[in-house]
Amino acid sequence: MNIVSLLQLIVSSSLVYAAPLIFTALGGTFSERSGVVNIGLEGIMVMGAFMSAIFNLMFYSTFGAMTPWLGLLAGGLIGILFSLIHAVATINLRADHIVSGTVINLAAPALAVFLTRAIYGAAQTGPLARSFGFADIFLLEKIPVIGPIFFQNTSGPAYLGILTAVIAWVVLFKTRFGLRLRSVGEHPHAAETLGINVYLMKYAGVMISGFLGGIGGAIQAQAIHNEFGILTVAGQGFIAMAAMIFGKWNPLGAMAAAIFFGFAQSLARIGNYIPIIQDIPGVWLQVLPYLLTIIILVGVVGRSVAPKDLGNTFVKSK
Amino acid sequence: MAQAEKVIEMKGITKKFGEFKANDNIHLNVRKGEIHALLGENGAGKSTLMNILSGLLEPTSGEIYVNGKEEKIDSPEKANQLGIGMVHQHFMLVDKFTVAENIMLGKEKHTYGFMDDQGAEKDVKELSERYGLTVDPSARIEDISVGMQQRAEILKTLFRGADILIFDEPTGVLTPQEIDELMDIMKKLTDEGKSIILITHKLDEIKKVADRCTVIRRGKSIDTVDVKETSQQELADMMVGRSVSFKVDKEASKPQGPVLEIKNLTVKESRGLEAVKGIDLDVKAGEVLGIAGVDGNGQSELIQAITGLTKVESGTIKLAGQDITGKKPRQITETGLGHIPEDRHRHGLVLPMKLEENMSLQQYYQEPFSKNGFLKHNKIKEYAKKLIKEFDVRTQSEESTAASLSGGNQQKAIIAREISRDPALLIAAQPTRGLDVGAIEYIHKRLIEQRDNGKAVLLMSYELDEVMNVSDRIAVMYDGKIIAIVNADETTENELGLLMAGVPLEKAKQELANKDMKARTAGAAGNTETAVEDGKERETVANDESK
Amino acid sequence: MQTTNQSRLNALLIPTLSILLGFIFGALLMLLFGYNPIDAYEAMLMGVFNSPYFMGEAMRQATVLTFTGLGFAIAFKAGFFNIGIAGQLLAGWVAAIWVALSFPDLPRIVLLTLSIGAAIIAGAVWAGIAGALRAYFGTSEVIVTIMLNYTALHLTNYIIRNVLTTGNTTDRVGENADLSVGWLTELTQGSRINMGLFIAIIVVILYWVFMTQMTAGFEVRAVGLNPDASTYAGMSAERNIILSMLISGGLAGLGGAVHGLGTFGNLFTQSGLPSLGFNGIAVALLGLGNPIGIFFSSILFGVLDVGAGFMPNRAGVPDEMADIVIAAIIFFVGANYIIRVALDKMRSSKTAEKGGE
Repeated sequence: MNIVSLLQLIVSSSLVYAAPLIFTALGGTFSERSGVVNIGLEGIMVMGAFMSAIFNLMFYSTFGAMTPWLGLLAGGLIGILFSLIHAVATINLRADHIVSGTVINLAAPALAVFLTRAIYGAAQTGPLARSFGFADIFLLEKIPVIGPIFFQNTSGPAYLGILTAVIAWVVLFKTRFGLRLRSVGEHPHAAETLGINVYLMKYAGVMISGFLGGIGGAIQAQAIHNEFGILTVAGQGFIAMAAMIFGKWNPLGAMAAAIFFGFAQSLARIGNYIPIIQDIPGVWLQVLPYLLTIIILVGVVGRSVAPKDLGNTFVKSK
Repeated sequence: MAQAEKVIEMKGITKKFGEFKANDNIHLNVRKGEIHALLGENGAGKSTLMNILSGLLEPTSGEIYVNGKEEKIDSPEKANQLGIGMVHQHFMLVDKFTVAENIMLGKEKHTYGFMDDQGAEKDVKELSERYGLTVDPSARIEDISVGMQQRAEILKTLFRGADILIFDEPTGVLTPQEIDELMDIMKKLTDEGKSIILITHKLDEIKKVADRCTVIRRGKSIDTVDVKETSQQELADMMVGRSVSFKVDKEASKPQGPVLEIKNLTVKESRGLEAVKGIDLDVKAGEVLGIAGVDGNGQSELIQAITGLTKVESGTIKLAGQDITGKKPRQITETGLGHIPEDRHRHGLVLPMKLEENMSLQQYYQEPFSKNGFLKHNKIKEYAKKLIKEFDVRTQSEESTAASLSGGNQQKAIIAREISRDPALLIAAQPTRGLDVGAIEYIHKRLIEQRDNGKAVLLMSYELDEVMNVSDRIAVMYDGKIIAIVNADETTENELGLLMAGVPLEKAKQELANKDMKARTAGAAGNTETAVEDGKERETVANDESK
Repeated sequence: MQTTNQSRLNALLIPTLSILLGFIFGALLMLLFGYNPIDAYEAMLMGVFNSPYFMGEAMRQATVLTFTGLGFAIAFKAGFFNIGIAGQLLAGWVAAIWVALSFPDLPRIVLLTLSIGAAIIAGAVWAGIAGALRAYFGTSEVIVTIMLNYTALHLTNYIIRNVLTTGNTTDRVGENADLSVGWLTELTQGSRINMGLFIAIIVVILYWVFMTQMTAGFEVRAVGLNPDASTYAGMSAERNIILSMLISGGLAGLGGAVHGLGTFGNLFTQSGLPSLGFNGIAVALLGLGNPIGIFFSSILFGVLDVGAGFMPNRAGVPDEMADIVIAAIIFFVGANYIIRVALDKMRSSKTAEKGGE
């Protein structure tokens, strides 16, 4: 195939795989910026995927082409609900953040498959009514050269994700809310003395992460797998966390890292079309994203970049 | 003087944490425009009381009146609204944020939620100029000096319209000169009509700047006195409840050969900058060498290099004749080192472990504590019991966790462990931090005992009194170098203060001699604000002349 | 401050209450969906206890869980979250089957020792990677072990399809690699319980000895609780971190060997990470990191796991309910603050927190 088609394939595949990662990594950023480690995002993605699949199957007749987009909302809402469990456990009940996250990762797939069986009588939902498919971005696709490569036949959710990342950056660094959220993750006692409600801020951070993580799972189900089953989300939540760390807890950095990981993951699928890469045995391409994550974590990240009070339990002074 | 109005009155304040009474029926009143000191030992209840006043805690019983009106201060915001602001001992500043962001946090300048950074910085600049508190609004907290950080803390309260400022142990991290600057700031604030409550356990500061002083002991308010009419000795006795001797009783030291020999030592700190810049130092058997200096001038890194916790860039360290440069902690310990670490919770004890396990922390791998890789629990227990008894460590049993002991007893446990190994060199870093007078006396006694037994003691402390009282010789560290070594009985606090601030010895001696002269001549003319107290002077002489 | 007796009592009450609350939660959920919890639990428990075969199966499952539980626990004691237990178990499984298939004619004792030894080494190495990265680079072991999990999964499938065989299932190992013990199999009417059970009991004892009686165990604990003080006391934080991860992975690998040789006798492609890995984490948390606690927790989980299969047929409840109950139990263990507060209130001794200054 010619170079433009090849580039288009690479870009769009990367974006397709990156889209869930972008949203979930953004979610992780908000949670960790408020000081709460949310390793349970994997489980939240599962719930988001599940919810969006149900919504998709049940409401396609009502909403038609809009269904997948509304499915994102459904996923986001269930994500908020589930993240509340993590919030209550870590903020009020003083549970260890990682233990609580692991509980969610244990519970979510079990619960989701349980409910899937209860509703559909099988461990997976079967193909969805309407998936995201490929989109052409309005107007931008008309730009010569760049247009076809970046904006045709591409992933709509990914561009929504990029937009969300920009919004997240503005919120985090340019608004009052963002300043207060970050203060709670750096020095909660200082924030407390200034009258900021630390618990509330942490809840906000975790619930935002639940919303975005749920959307990430919904994209996974509706754009990549086109169904929900136990395998729909297989480690994507963890890779998103790695993207967040790689992006140094900055929304734009996390987005860039997510796109990079999306690219790495897409290689396993489209590698056959790319010269050189098509000669590498499939298993290496499958394993590449994971090994890459490790290498990046080791080499790139300075630990002093994480929010200072990350992972600690905050206890009010009263 | 007419009865000045009471801006703050706390009546019958009691605060219980479970069964424990942190505050027991305390009475306190503060007059407008005064500096009111709150004096008490560690754990006496001062901070609890002020946390109540600043809205972080609620009293179990009692009333608070602000400007004559009874108020319930149930949150820091409420306190702010009433004009009460707290300047914390451990700064409540976010390192990564700028000065302006920290000052504004919670009351940000914004348009529809979007922050107005430039407007904020302008406002901060205006405020800082109005009160003479120099800060750089766009600098990040982690990049500025401790003094500027403190000014930012103060500006935080003023920004919120505080009329009553509470200073919680503000001088711990400042040089004597910076402390004087702070005192000036406090006087200026009261001139503007603000009232100040100063929490402290430092008697000389109270004498310098406070109008009245309320003494708190074991949660109760003992008395409120007029500072001018009360001596330091009287204040100390009230604080402790018994007669306190300031000087440590000790004979002259009889130093012998050097135990620790450091030559041209250079050590880098975590960011790659040099923290110790080529120093030479000796500690002899039978002497206590004190290292004085403000926190952050390389003392911590020096000690970490000697104890093997940090890499040595260049230079040599010899202990008891053996080269220990760059060796591992265990090898150095075995060569004859005992170390009472600066941060007892971080380096000294494994808090969740039992006391008996902590007592054998240095020696568990040797006989008789273990054999062939198997621990001998009965020997470990025996040893722990012996140490607990000998050093009077108060604990339920040797099986209690180290975390369950009070700070003083934890420190005693560490000292017991280190001294019992009879090391040729004992390093004590901030050994009495956070401890009450009784514990401090005990620890000083033990250190002198080591020295009298012919061992070498290296004492590092940020408390000038401690260094002066316990040491035989004093080395002052400034900016990673040893700026001077003086004999303890030949120097004064003023001299040490100047050395600690970087003034070389000759110049320091000169300055002090000049000031002495000026004070005598100006005193004769009678138009200065010199307060002469125990031979110490203030630098208001120069200020007065420039007005 | 709590007395030692009170904290010992708590150590017993917290898991017990958590289990109870977990079951209650499961019951509430079942009621919500119109199922009968009594029927479900009865089906699950009676199904197992009334049948020697299923008891055997439960104990077999418990055996593997003991290994993964101990594996997680020792890393936890040293201050890590080794979430990679599942991947290390796979590594052990692959190694054991590979060796057993490669040398089928060796005498039984030799072959078993070699296979299990290879499995332990494989698991240890897999975990050791994460340990080394943490020791020397400070990299968070949480993400690294998770990444290694998926790497192990893909590598396992690749090895099966390309090295060990051509399809999705390897051959069965020969009788010289058989872990079963005649009288045990008879006793349990043909269940797959095997000598792994005895190995597990021995390992539990060894674990206890290591952690409480040996200087090496003391060091692992100290480094896990306070790496700074331990460094000052002369211990090598790096060495102990790596050591604890090696042991942790080795135990998981041992579990993989017992699972591979004892439960199945072969290796087949996996569609996801073995749940035995994650349930090992749950077992360790419920057992509060104590080897005896872990052993009994794994029996409970083995019963839940095997008994879950009865629920769909006898009570119409999807067998995922067992996993949900497990997750709920762990939730209550993790959030045991609320249990402790309730217990302290019931003792009607007011908590004396540290007073301020």
